Amino acid sequence: MKDLIEIRWHGRGGQGAKTASLLLADAAFNTGKYIQGFPEYGPERMGAPITAYNRISTTPIRVHSNIYEPDYVVVVDDTLLNVVDVTAGLKKDGAIVINTTKSKEEIKSELKGYDGNIYTIDAKKISEEALGRYFPNTPMLAAIVKVTEIMPEDKFLADMEGSFKHKFAKKPEVIEGNMKALKLAFEQVKKI
Amino acid sequence: MSIRERLSGNEATAYAMRQINPDVVAAFPITPSTEIPQYFSSYVSNGQVDTEFVAVESEHSAMSACIGAEAAGARAMTATSANGLEYMWEMVQIASSSRLPIVMALVNRAISGPLNIHCDHSDAMSVRDSGWIMLFSETNQEAYDNMLMAHRIAEHKDVLLPLMVCQDGFITSHAIENIELVEDDKVKEFVGTYKPEHYLLNKKEPIAMGPMDLQAYLTEHKKQQTVAMQNARSVIKEVAKDFEKMTGRKYEMFETYKLEDADYVIVCMNSTAGTVKNVVDSLRANGVKAGLLKIRVFRPFPVDEIGTALKGAKAVAVLDRVPLLNGTGGPLFEDVVSAMFVNNVNVKTINYTYGVGGRDVTEEHINSVFKDLQELKDMKEPYRFLGLKGRK
Repeated sequence: MKDLIEIRWHGRGGQGAKTASLLLADAAFNTGKYIQGFPEYGPERMGAPITAYNRISTTPIRVHSNIYEPDYVVVVDDTLLNVVDVTAGLKKDGAIVINTTKSKEEIKSELKGYDGNIYTIDAKKISEEALGRYFPNTPMLAAIVKVTEIMPEDKFLADMEGSFKHKFAKKPEVIEGNMKALKLAFEQVKKI
Repeated sequence: MSIRERLSGNEATAYAMRQINPDVVAAFPITPSTEIPQYFSSYVSNGQVDTEFVAVESEHSAMSACIGAEAAGARAMTATSANGLEYMWEMVQIASSSRLPIVMALVNRAISGPLNIHCDHSDAMSVRDSGWIMLFSETNQEAYDNMLMAHRIAEHKDVLLPLMVCQDGFITSHAIENIELVEDDKVKEFVGTYKPEHYLLNKKEPIAMGPMDLQAYLTEHKKQQTVAMQNARSVIKEVAKDFEKMTGRKYEMFETYKLEDADYVIVCMNSTAGTVKNVVDSLRANGVKAGLLKIRVFRPFPVDEIGTALKGAKAVAVLDRVPLLNGTGGPLFEDVVSAMFVNNVNVKTINYTYGVGGRDVTEEHINSVFKDLQELKDMKEPYRFLGLKGRK
């Protein structure tokens, strides 16, 4: 891992992109890193485009501004591809991870000239299979952890199990499904 | 051993309040400080504190309840932002004039209008001369640490003034970052118990609070308030020394970063200071002697120390995160140049309005300020805007 990784999340209000960025910060924190996880609050409403950010660093983080040249971009909703300039500033050696079932050609045409690494995952299918409902943020979290290699899979899964036990203390029945969603996402995210 | 955690600025503030366990918290929700009373009220419901939580119907009542509680002899706290503070305004002055050491968490946000929920310092600046001690915090860590030191300063017998701990709305209040927490028992011992000398519920000493005070003595009482504010300087330093013994973290009236031999200096407060530090390092790597002076204690303003600290600079830029509606300089700028003047320091100093209503402040913006300072020939344009769009 580089000394500093910067990640930008694009989602729609209600899909949990902000929560995913906070969970990613949590997971990286548990590996001993310095972290920032913060949403860009706008006039967001359910369904409106939202942005969230992560910095993960081996040294203390001092900067307090949004991220304009991310190493990685996560797109939680592929209807944003032609609404928001999701690859703006994305570093050449970085990658974009998209929740989609679209083909490489379709994505390429929507990303207008972006020729960096693209990873895709069908978070909808995974979520519906594992949780019975559409919560794309859990699979997207696992996907970005795998792509960035910020921590090994087993360590990440063990940490997340701990987080879910805490987060869902009153709904323990959803822990298993969330863990399954993470594991499936680790298997299914692929470079195209 | 301290506790390694990751918390947002609001979480860290609520956590400190739980450890302080005040007698009374009275608050009304307003973005971006809402989470503080929200988290705190769950501590109350869970029995983790024995605070009387007063869910008031407005901020005016929040401050009034704090005044009543504190006058009765209790330790009272509140949290607010922007228009919430404006709605308290009348009572904010009464709290300080009654010499009641109430502690407030102020999560800085733009004052309406137009409506804007994001960070600037226009709320804090509107009460800058209200007789409150004002501490500013760059990070969640500093918001937490300042809160732990707050009561020791405010309740000191030579001070007895209310105190507010400021942090940047959303930028630190809603960002999760690493933090070192202090153990509960250590905080309890450090903060201590509030033992007021005079209070309404003392049946052995019947007193009145907040009486009418006309021509005969108001001047003298205001002079006493001024002296109390001046006394706060040494108390703030003493408390910081004890805090350093407990945590190893050192706090002064202001923080300097590579300032000692700096030619070009930025003066600012809160979260922007971290961004400035990054830029200072990159400029230094290219041979430019850049430096930072970050104000922690804005009231009482450290006049002499600041005047002296800026003496060696070639040019200074003061960044005010507040719109300049007086047609001249921002409040921090005016304080800094006044501090220089009374200390016979004459350094070219310019003022930038920046980050208003949450406008993002990047390293590029800060770089442009240092570039302006290197090219500064005269003082023809002292009042500037940073990152202004469109026609200048």
